[in-house]
Order: sequence, then structure tokens, then C-alpha cells
Amino acid sequence: MSRGLPKQKPIEGVNQVIVVASGKGGVGKSTTAVNLALALAANDSSKSIGLLDVDVYGPSVPKMMNLRGNPELSQNNLMKPLMNYGIACMSMGFLVGETAPVVWRGLLVMSAIEKLLRQVDWGQLDYLVVDMPPGTGDVQLSVSQNIPISGAVIVSTPQDIALTDAHKGAEMFRKVHVPVLGLVQNMSVFQCPKCKHKTHIFGADGARKLARTLDLDVLGDIPLHLNIRESSDNGQPIVFSQPESDEAKAYLRMAEEVVRRLPSPPE
Amino acid sequence: MEPAASPGNLSGVRHILLVLSGKGGVGKSTLCAQLALALRHEGKKVGVLDVDLCGPSVPRMLGAQGSAVHQCDSGWVPVYMDQEQSVALMSVGFLLEKPDEALVWRGPKKNALIQQFVSDVAWGELDFLVVDTPPGTSDEHLSVVEALRSHQPLGALLVTTPQAVAVGDVRRELTFCRKTGLRVVGVVENMSGFACPHCSECTNVFSTGGGEELARHAGVPFLGSVPLDPQLARSLEEGGDFMRDFPGSPAYPALAAIARKILDAAQAPGPG
Repeated sequence: MSRGLPKQKPIEGVNQVIVVASGKGGVGKSTTAVNLALALAANDSSKSIGLLDVDVYGPSVPKMMNLRGNPELSQNNLMKPLMNYGIACMSMGFLVGETAPVVWRGLLVMSAIEKLLRQVDWGQLDYLVVDMPPGTGDVQLSVSQNIPISGAVIVSTPQDIALTDAHKGAEMFRKVHVPVLGLVQNMSVFQCPKCKHKTHIFGADGARKLARTLDLDVLGDIPLHLNIRESSDNGQPIVFSQPESDEAKAYLRMAEEVVRRLPSPPE
Repeated sequence: MEPAASPGNLSGVRHILLVLSGKGGVGKSTLCAQLALALRHEGKKVGVLDVDLCGPSVPRMLGAQGSAVHQCDSGWVPVYMDQEQSVALMSVGFLLEKPDEALVWRGPKKNALIQQFVSDVAWGELDFLVVDTPPGTSDEHLSVVEALRSHQPLGALLVTTPQAVAVGDVRRELTFCRKTGLRVVGVVENMSGFACPHCSECTNVFSTGGGEELARHAGVPFLGSVPLDPQLARSLEEGGDFMRDFPGSPAYPALAAIARKILDAAQAPGPG
């Protein structure tokens, strides 16, 4: 059953696609993607932003954006994204039950991704932030082969094990000719709320060293802070709920760095 | 010899334990490595099979990165951590030319390799085979559960971190186990709190209690909470033996207790 490679076709109405990826799980892709989307909106309120969660096995966006429920259909049978905090969101999590595992083999996953990419009524978006699953497999390949991607942001924690996987992630994007905008070093340092002592729980500055090796920029350095996780768990991401905090500001700066490195958008 | 199980490379393996999580980055590979070390220190012969093809972490964690894999009559010879051959490893990491090489494969090719890893590694006599998996409930998981089914695994160890997004994903994994008939030996909550080395104040960076609550809700044993421990993180980077060298470190008691519970579960009469 050989169909050949799918032809790359832009998503209608979407100007630029930014993917947030990593090789490794659990480094904070979803947290970064969610806060990046909110930060892009906060930095420039004239832009319309969408957030697409293609982590079909572990979709975190619904929880983090405090959204739940099945999408309605538009007049032309497209799924309408769910809105919160001014961001249009779509996720596998809206299509399956909360405890239902998606135990599908590759082909079914691919057709689900196809649906999430092509059958959503996004309207006009300046930026679509795509939260990718961990790894370098089917989903990443399908997304890269299906739609033009303006840039990829790779998230990593400082430890070597995460960095090796981040390196693989960056390499994968290069293989499929997706520009890598840079690395985000997440969970970089923990500051004890009581005595202010700083501990590098996951090692120090590994992502910066990797960035140098790969000739990439570090787009942001996000500390390991209770507030970030708490606000995500509560469905009120920190850029929205505590915009004056240092952590939120780190995300706002990161969003600025991302925009600076995007190719000029087609008009 | 049980007539039902196919003879071959897994016939000398007494107990097979799969380490699963719906969520990435919760510490599956770390748990696998520490369990292997802990069981070895209890005098057991252990194998670790790493079927995380996209992100094989186990070789590095056990100091075996860069080892070459050889063939023998029965198939692939596992990489041994030490002279006594008490810990045997197999991982796609050993087959890559460079450690940073990206394995960008689709499902069928991954499944084929997993089948080979299950049936073509000459494990010999082992007390435990611990299987490290990638996050999720995907092709790799279906393949490995199917391939291992006839060898009657002891069951699955589910790893989660305390926070809501992790627990949510692990709930899916529990359903996966139920649907595929895989017994859940227990749930481990990892990265459960961080004690400041300076003032000992414990901060629940990733929240607390989510794993225990999940276990209670699902009616499966809760095996313990492992705190964040920079020394453990360092040992993993360096491929050292944390269980031997750092018995005073915060994560040690919980990890040792989990290993003991696995031993108990293995000794208990089976469900069948």
C-alpha cells in the first residue's frame, strides 16, 4: 500500500507554524508550548494564536488550558477549536476520554494527526504553536511531511540524558529540512523558597553547551519553580495567572527570541 | 519446562517485569537501572531490555555506553556490566554508530526490532528481566506485550511523577494494562519532593501524593515515593552504581524498599 510521501500543504488560514519538540519526554514541551502561545499573545495583542496538541498518547494541553469537552462542528464540518485565555486550542485530548488510552498502531495515529491538522476551523491565525509528543517517530515525521513548518523550538533539561535526546530531535528536524530556531533550557535551577539556596537538580547549563555544539541559540532559560507547575496543574498557565512574575517574564523573553528568528511571514 | 511457552532465549528467565508510564520523563529508565542494581546487590542475576528505540537511556545510566554487541549461535550476546555477568543489558543504543544518531523509524520497523530483541538475545539464566519502555501506549508497547505474552511476565511497574498531567497519562496506562491483561505489580511516584541540601526544607516541586492516590483509586499496590535527588541524577550521568555508593542519599531508602517489594511479589504464588 504505497502512497508515496504526502505533499506538503499549508493549513488554511494559518500564517506560521512553530513546533515545540524535544527528543526526551518530561522536559516541559507542553508547559513551554502553552506558555509560548500565551506569551506570543501577551507580547503582541494584535496577533491571533492557536495551540495544537498532537501528543496523541499523552495530551497535556486540555488540563493546562483548563479546557474539556468535544469540539463542535462548523458549517462545513470542520472541528471548532476550544478557546481559553484568547488562544484557540485543539488536542487529541478533546477527542478521547480522560482515562482512555490511545492504543493505536501507526496508521490509525497518522489518520488522527491528519484530522487534527486538516479538519480544524482555525480561522485566520498569525501563529500556530504545535505541541509535539516526545521521540523521533511517526508523529514527528507525519507532521513535518504534511505541513510547512516555520521553525522548531527544542526543549531540554540540563542533564546529559535529556540533551542526547534533544540532539536527536534537532537532527531529525534537519533531516526533514525544518529550521531549528533554537533550544530552551528548562528546569535549569531550583531556588529553595525558604533559604533561597540554589540547587542545579538536573545539572548545570548542559543545554547551553549543546546549543554551542549544534550552533544553535538558547532562546530561554526557565527555572524549576513551584509556581510554573502549580499554575499548569490548575489550568491557569503562569504567563496568564502571574504575568509579573520572574518565571512569566522568562517566557515572554523567550517568545520574543522565537519571533525574532522566524522567517518574515508571507503576507 | 512449560510446554506452553516457546523454548528459546527467554526460557532461562524466571521473572519478567515491564516498566511503563503513560508520561515521558518520569523516571522509567532511572527506575529500571536502580532496580537492576538493587536486585543485583540482593544476589540476583538481572537483565535489562531497553525497548525505548528513540531515546535509549539505559546504556549510559549503567556505564555501558559505547559497548559493542556480538553474535553467538543463539543470537545476540547481551552486554554485561561487570566481570561476574550479574547484570546483562540489551538496547538499541548499542547498535547505533554514534550515540547522538537519531532513529527516525515508523512503526513496522520498530516492531520488527522489538520482536528481535525479545526473541534473539541470548539472556541465559536470569532471575529478573526488567524491560524499559518508551512513554505512551503505542506500537512499541503493543509489540512488546504481545511478544512477551507467552512468557507470562510477572507484571508491570507503573511510574509516575506526582503532578496532575503525569497522573492523567498514567491513568491511561493502567487502562492499557487492563485491556491487554497485564498484571499491575504496583505504582511508584518518582520526583516526589525536593529537600534543600542547605536548610532541609522540602518543596513539592512536582506536587505530592498523586501517585498514591492513583494507586488507591485503581486498586493496585503503591510501592513508594522516591524524592528528587541530585546525587542520583549525577550517578545516572556518570553511569555509576548509586545503590552501592550512596546508601545515605535521599532516594536510596525508597528505591531499596521498592526492590524488596518486587522480590516479595516475585516470591508470592502467581495469579494463574
